[in-house]
Amino acid sequence: MDGVGVTVAFWVLGVTAVASAVGIMLARNLLHAVLWLILTFVALAGLFITLTADFVAVAQVLVYAGAVGVLVIFAIMLTPNSAVGNSETRFFGAGFVVATVLSGIMAYVAVKTDWGTLKSEGFASTAQAIGQALLDRYVLPFEIASVLLIAAMVGAIVLVRADQEA
Amino acid sequence: MHVSLEHYLILSAILFGMGLWIALAKRNAIIILMGIELMLNAVNLTLIAFNRFVPAPAGRSPIAGQVFVIFVITVAAAEAAVALALAVAVYRNRSTVDIDKIDLLKF
Repeated sequence: MDGVGVTVAFWVLGVTAVASAVGIMLARNLLHAVLWLILTFVALAGLFITLTADFVAVAQVLVYAGAVGVLVIFAIMLTPNSAVGNSETRFFGAGFVVATVLSGIMAYVAVKTDWGTLKSEGFASTAQAIGQALLDRYVLPFEIASVLLIAAMVGAIVLVRADQEA
Repeated sequence: MHVSLEHYLILSAILFGMGLWIALAKRNAIIILMGIELMLNAVNLTLIAFNRFVPAPAGRSPIAGQVFVIFVITVAAAEAAVALALAVAVYRNRSTVDIDKIDLLKF
């Protein structure tokens, strides 16, 4: 099943993801940077599909490309004239060195490690299996995640609320 | 050419490095948050790749990696909401989200 289509899709989507990550770095306009970020998220959703993770790909498009993207656009619109644009701190070169060394180490480990026998078959359909796993083995983290979400939502509302008492 | 686990791991290492560079080098707090989201996404790609290629041990859920990614997405969404609310609150008080200018605790 791992035909030439998956290979082509991997290279196209991988190059798109890395190129749009570079776009975030290079874009001078903050809104352009957000659009590059959303393109990265969509490319990663495509990569999830090449790994036969269809449900996670849909969740990625909905939550990351949709919700987080719109949230970041809102934050940029609500902080106009932040006056710094998309400029860099003095750690531009040092950050590049640190990031390059770290990715180099991770890539070296990924290539050198013997991962044992790998399975060649992907998953046929994952939505049902994920739903059953969430409500069976992972039910406690699932409930904690819902509490965390409501706490974060209330916290965000309280943080940005205009002062009424004054 | 065949796409294997190593391809995905190297790609996510590159994406993680890009996210780390953005988070370290940028001046605007919102762009730094975007770098952090990029790093989380790179880790998600790693989890999904391992889930696809490495067989689960006996008695373990074969789908565990994807369930972890669902939790990571949940926590990342909550984190993004709180962090952006913080950025807006800081902007209200200081009229800037430049991390070099937010130095009240510096001495």
